[in-house]
Amino acid sequence: MNAPLSHIPVLRERGQREVFCGLTGIVWLHRKVQDAFFLVVGSRTCAHLIQSAAGVMIFAEPRFATAIIDERDLAGLADANDELDRVVTQLLARRPDIRLLFLVGSCPSEVIKLDLSRAAERLNTQMWPQTRVLNYSGSGIETTFTQGEDACLASWVPVLPDAPSNTAAELMVVGSLPDIVEDQLRRQFAAMGIPKVVFFPPRRSTETVHVGSNTRFLLAQPFLSETARLLEARGAQRIPALFPFGAEGTAAWLAAAGKSFGIAESVCIEASAAAMRRAQRALAPFKEELQGKKVFFFPDSQLEIPLARFLSRELGMVLTEVGTPYLHKTHLAEELAALPSEVQLSEGQDVERQIDRCRASQPDLVVCGLGLANPFESEGMATKWSIELVFSPVHGFEQAADLAELFARPLRRRQRLKI
Amino acid sequence: MKLTLWTYEGPPHVGAMRVVTGMRGVHYVLHAPQGDTYADLLFTMIERRSERPPVTYTSFQARDLGGDTAELFKTAAREASERFKPDALVVGASCTAELIQDDPGGLAEALGLSIPVIALELPAYQKKEHWGAAETLYRLVRGCVEHARVPANLERNREGRAPRCNILGPCGLGYRHRDDVTEISRLLQRLGIEISVVAPFGASPADLARLPEADFNVVLYPEIAETAAAWLEKTYRQPRTKIVPIGVGATQDFVREVAAMAGVDPTPALAPEASRLPWYSHSVDSTYLTGKRVFIFGDASHAMAAARIAKEEMGFDVVGLGTYSREFARPMRELATSLGIEALITDDYLEVEERVAELHPDLVLGTQMERHIAKRLGVPCSVISAPVHVQDFPARFAPQMGYEGANVIFDSWVQPLMMGLEEHLLNMFKEDFEFHPDAPASHLGAPTSAAEARSTDFRVTDAQNAAPMGASADSVAVLKESEVALIEKESTASALNGQVSWANDAEKELGRIPFFVRGKARRNTENYARERGIAIISVETLYEAKAHLSR
Ligand code: SF4
Repeated sequence: MNAPLSHIPVLRERGQREVFCGLTGIVWLHRKVQDAFFLVVGSRTCAHLIQSAAGVMIFAEPRFATAIIDERDLAGLADANDELDRVVTQLLARRPDIRLLFLVGSCPSEVIKLDLSRAAERLNTQMWPQTRVLNYSGSGIETTFTQGEDACLASWVPVLPDAPSNTAAELMVVGSLPDIVEDQLRRQFAAMGIPKVVFFPPRRSTETVHVGSNTRFLLAQPFLSETARLLEARGAQRIPALFPFGAEGTAAWLAAAGKSFGIAESVCIEASAAAMRRAQRALAPFKEELQGKKVFFFPDSQLEIPLARFLSRELGMVLTEVGTPYLHKTHLAEELAALPSEVQLSEGQDVERQIDRCRASQPDLVVCGLGLANPFESEGMATKWSIELVFSPVHGFEQAADLAELFARPLRRRQRLKI
Repeated sequence: MKLTLWTYEGPPHVGAMRVVTGMRGVHYVLHAPQGDTYADLLFTMIERRSERPPVTYTSFQARDLGGDTAELFKTAAREASERFKPDALVVGASCTAELIQDDPGGLAEALGLSIPVIALELPAYQKKEHWGAAETLYRLVRGCVEHARVPANLERNREGRAPRCNILGPCGLGYRHRDDVTEISRLLQRLGIEISVVAPFGASPADLARLPEADFNVVLYPEIAETAAAWLEKTYRQPRTKIVPIGVGATQDFVREVAAMAGVDPTPALAPEASRLPWYSHSVDSTYLTGKRVFIFGDASHAMAAARIAKEEMGFDVVGLGTYSREFARPMRELATSLGIEALITDDYLEVEERVAELHPDLVLGTQMERHIAKRLGVPCSVISAPVHVQDFPARFAPQMGYEGANVIFDSWVQPLMMGLEEHLLNMFKEDFEFHPDAPASHLGAPTSAAEARSTDFRVTDAQNAAPMGASADSVAVLKESEVALIEKESTASALNGQVSWANDAEKELGRIPFFVRGKARRNTENYARERGIAIISVETLYEAKAHLSR
């Protein structure tokens, strides 16, 4: 873990954390995979968390719910398993369109040692092939925010069908992306001469996603350590690259895929030249605005380091502290190498001490969670809610300027207001 | 285990947070995993508080379990009291910590702090947010009063001074609490009654210790303050008010109640022109409100008050009434019975939805949840109760209580309904090209495209989803015409289910009915046809059903 892969020292902290737990991932995962349902086995707190994180917008019946554990379940475990079977049966009767059901563990289900993997197995034998039942943990004692997506995808990898052997290498993009971004990337890969790309997770769970020794995968998100490990265990090879944020990041990410597929560098450059130029042109005015401005990142989604790299290299922002809940040095090796050496990296959190450091460093922009944003604003500091960085299309060339705009908007707003 | 899609109340420790966040000089050390910090954003985003809630979370992780979680708690409590220097420390466990049984109270006691330490036992697998708030306020009041050693036989000499009361109940994340306190304080001042302490809102532990000095307690929100007020009444012989002053009639009753407790003349606060509601309700334009069928759901106090206003002050028919607060099931049932209906006591959102669909009222008065139900069913809705939303903290003064509260209520209930003359004009000139059958009420603004609101890109939509915590999207509690059209299509599909179908000309005729009653007309006609075994609805059937139902 402490392998000297980076020249930058990391401050490790342990204390109060101001972050979401992995259950939060359900908010976007249930929209991404349209025939999947997420059943949290947890407490009223868990139900309240997802509801609060999702806002209260209820357009359609959501594809997630909570089986709230009550006193009777705490009395005996056999009982809780029966209860779970009953709830699942009730749910699937209501929603026959569900093809993939995730039982999602929480802190309470883990503390009472409710074995959801056995429950999933048992239910799967009953429901398969109409519905597949998988399980993962989104609990706050095991996972932080985006790690929930990692745990979800990791639970899915073992049941992906084997890729037929002796076929040509195939590219897989791992990490949920907005559909529109997927389509853009698909066009980019096609232009480079990589015609077949699969995205994992797929939009529908019934789409075939093969995995095997001819699978080469690119991570679209930096928080997928367990998923990557399991894909590797099935023979897939990770293509190391910068993450596709900003023009430079996207170009490097695409080029890494090209190289892995033996495509000449000139072909890759040619294929993305137009989009690259467009992105750079769109970024230019933001660079003028943001150049020299100091930014401080609170730990949240693990996107912090790639985003800090983008802000520093493509927009000229000055990095003060860049916090991350968890630092995966292998997946982030390229990112770390691209950071300026004077940055302060931190892993984990003691929120009170971090707030002290943040105030002391007087940043122009603080990237933090929703619990901290308004208090900082009222102290006169501009903030960017980090959750928006996870909920908006920000990957790829066409979104590079949108991403920059997310950071510029709070500063523009401050400039406009004369009250 | 209970399958839950949406919850009306959070866990009890969120109730505790609402009490301590409302106060000054109190800090809450909560034994909880990291994810439970989501609760902070309820206060900073929904209520737009400029300070973090005074809460420290121990953030224990899986690797700490069976090891040193107790030590973690002690460190967190010690560091929090050093850093924040509170006048009182509240300690407790969240749902997960309750299972590991570390005894936060005992651990905090062992730290030997000089300030009062209030240990909360909030059974997370049985109780909910309002109960947690009530219990916390009670424990805090009792803890602070006992710490100050206020004698039970405290003398309250009434000679030569104005009568004084406390106001109990307003707290963090309360539905219009901020403005209710202002409005009720004015009312009490008009009666010459002094306000000694408002709690928890803005009170310090020292203020809580002064509570027994007042002559009586005004309980604004029984859900939150009843337990504490009952203890004060029992221990310090302080009477407490029972009437919640929402609506003109209830406000007048409340004025008489406090005037009697204070021994003052109620007349200065009973002037008939104090609220515009009575005249607005009598004015001819309101004739169209007569007999509108309303469905009411919310916390018990707000829902019960709304039922009285609906019936006596607006001239509506209350066709459904209910609450998610089981603690108040009894009075709610009694009230419903007196209205000739059966109360719906449930915290299951789906059950409420089912009932609304069944009744198909003209107006839903509910919480943010019912707002969404109503929207899906194509029924106008106005919000009357918590759980709260960022829109429930308007910039302007908008109380629910007192006379001004009645004005606010009149406006906000009438707003989603069609204006009287407009309704007639629409009916008379339906064929006008700008009054085309899909035109929305003019005062509801331009229709927006439902397609726009239903972006297919999940991340974009979710960015808007995140927004309700911080404003923007989906801002008006009224249905947009285009959404109704969509909802209608959905409901047609389900109603068709092989049972009844619409002939083309009947479908067209239905389209001429203004959109806000179209859903109801469709349902009624289909029910009528189904009951009579009519498979295909013709124009004739439509009008027969209309005649039948308007008897
Ligand atoms: S931190 Fe644990 S208890 Fe809290 S919401 Fe997340 S899973 Fe549930």
